[in-house]
Amino acid sequence: MNSLHKGPAAPGRPDVIKAVPVRHPGRWVGAAVILLLTAMLIHAIVTVPAFKWDLVGHYLFDDRILHGLVVTLELTALAMVMGVVGGILLAVMRLSPNPLLSGTAWVYIWVFRGTPVLVQLVFWNFLGVLWAKLSIGIPFGPAFWSEQTNVLIPTFVAALLGLGLNEAAYMAEIVRGGIQSVDEGQLEASQALGMNRFDAMRRIILPQAMRVIIPPTGNETISMLKTTSLVSVIALEELFRAGQNIYSRNFQSIPLLIVVSLWYLFLTSILTVGQYYIERHYARGSNRSLPPTPLQRLGGLFRGIKSAPAAKPANAGGHGGGGEGGGAA
Amino acid sequence: MTDLTKSPADTVPAGPMVKAEAVHKSYGLVEVLKGIDLEVKQGEVFCLVGPSGSGKSTFLRCINHLEKVNAGRLWVDGELVGYRQKGDKLYELRDREVAMKRRDIGMVFQRFNLFPHMTAIENVIEAPVQVKGESKGDARERAMALLERVGLADKAKNYPSQLSGGQQQRVAIARALAMKPKLMLFDEPTSALDPELVGDVLDVMRGLAEEGMTMIVVTHEMGFAREVGDALVFMDGGVVVESGNPREVLTNPQHERTRAFLSKVL
Repeated sequence: MNSLHKGPAAPGRPDVIKAVPVRHPGRWVGAAVILLLTAMLIHAIVTVPAFKWDLVGHYLFDDRILHGLVVTLELTALAMVMGVVGGILLAVMRLSPNPLLSGTAWVYIWVFRGTPVLVQLVFWNFLGVLWAKLSIGIPFGPAFWSEQTNVLIPTFVAALLGLGLNEAAYMAEIVRGGIQSVDEGQLEASQALGMNRFDAMRRIILPQAMRVIIPPTGNETISMLKTTSLVSVIALEELFRAGQNIYSRNFQSIPLLIVVSLWYLFLTSILTVGQYYIERHYARGSNRSLPPTPLQRLGGLFRGIKSAPAAKPANAGGHGGGGEGGGAA
Repeated sequence: MTDLTKSPADTVPAGPMVKAEAVHKSYGLVEVLKGIDLEVKQGEVFCLVGPSGSGKSTFLRCINHLEKVNAGRLWVDGELVGYRQKGDKLYELRDREVAMKRRDIGMVFQRFNLFPHMTAIENVIEAPVQVKGESKGDARERAMALLERVGLADKAKNYPSQLSGGQQQRVAIARALAMKPKLMLFDEPTSALDPELVGDVLDVMRGLAEEGMTMIVVTHEMGFAREVGDALVFMDGGVVVESGNPREVLTNPQHERTRAFLSKVL
């Protein structure tokens, strides 16, 4: 204690504080209650025979289910690519000073965001009923080339158009928000250097907008993964439809719905973890200290109960790691 | 009507780098510039001073057409800014034509406006490569020389967030110089800086002036204006109140408003 008072004379630092940390008895009580409720729920689920867990295990890796899974993944990936590319295009059009471009983008977003995606899917599927043939030629004149609509747009393409074009409308608004979040001085600086709008957008504005655009895009991807199940209405055999097809024959709907749900849950979990790390990556520079990773947080939970200060180094470690990545971008 | 509007081309014979005649600018109902007349000669360091809201920054931004002039005429190096004149009719320039003219006018902003996702050297080579189509190698070589000149060769690979305000502003000057401008506009280049960092930026500007660069500087640094400036204009309320040699205007202001302003700043 004396050394604390006489600053210059003391060679070292004062003692590290060893205080009794705040106790959290409520957490222990809460944990016990939650454990009890979870046990009751698991007991109820396992003991009710209608769930037929043996069938769940049997169908989990069924070929038809796995094939549906692949279709679901393909649809998700391709529709998101369409959504992101289309969204960027629409957002840039929407913000253009050219009234023709911004008007077109406005109408597109109005229509595709204003009608249910389910309806759009059915429309794309029935395009062949509305126009049996699609042709290229002189407007209102002769056609040079034409093809059956149903050949041009098979079910998979109809599904992709329905999901992708709808997603583009949503992504457009996300991208627009991102572009508008970039400081106006950036556009002025680019213009003052003699860049035209297109170059300024491509080289200066969009790369900076990405930090705002990417996190919600992850969200949209997770949402898209589940939205693909709507495609079952136009009889495309993705994951959900594959499950439906099986239980329409053997009437084991509950076990098959569980199979399908487990797969969706598994895939969204993977995407969620991915999104977490992407958000963390893009938070660097804007957040002074990065939030801890789930593992660090798990460690902190128990250390927080035993001794609060011990949780700090975990945070500091995460920050240092993020700073290192800063130079790479 | 007058001789001027009937002049055959949109050029003024020989002389000033910038010429303004009755330049007006308003935002909606608020008139920010109420008729500015001035002339900036080639190779001159021209200082614009005045209280905030007096329109000096707005006027500066009119010169490279970041703001549109509502009335009056503005010429840079004999060419009308933002318009083409045929007979007594004015035609708006296309975006690409405006961009083309901006190449020759460097601008340095109060808030630096460096591109934060690029390193210092990438900031400097961006416009020469993208706008002028210079090869990356050549641009990089010149950029290094420019960074050397502003004293930041060792910071070439740093991102703006890793630089101090003064260093960022010097990179911004190097970035503008990379386009080989004939005119440099400085919009309160030291106002956002910590006091001890101001000197480095002013030194770079002083060096530029000595090399004969035409510079228009909006500033509150009266010491710089007195020492380096060739001409000074005091603006208030959107008009030029007083102008002349900086040493004379600053030591012996003729106008009451100039005196009141200087007594607060000096």
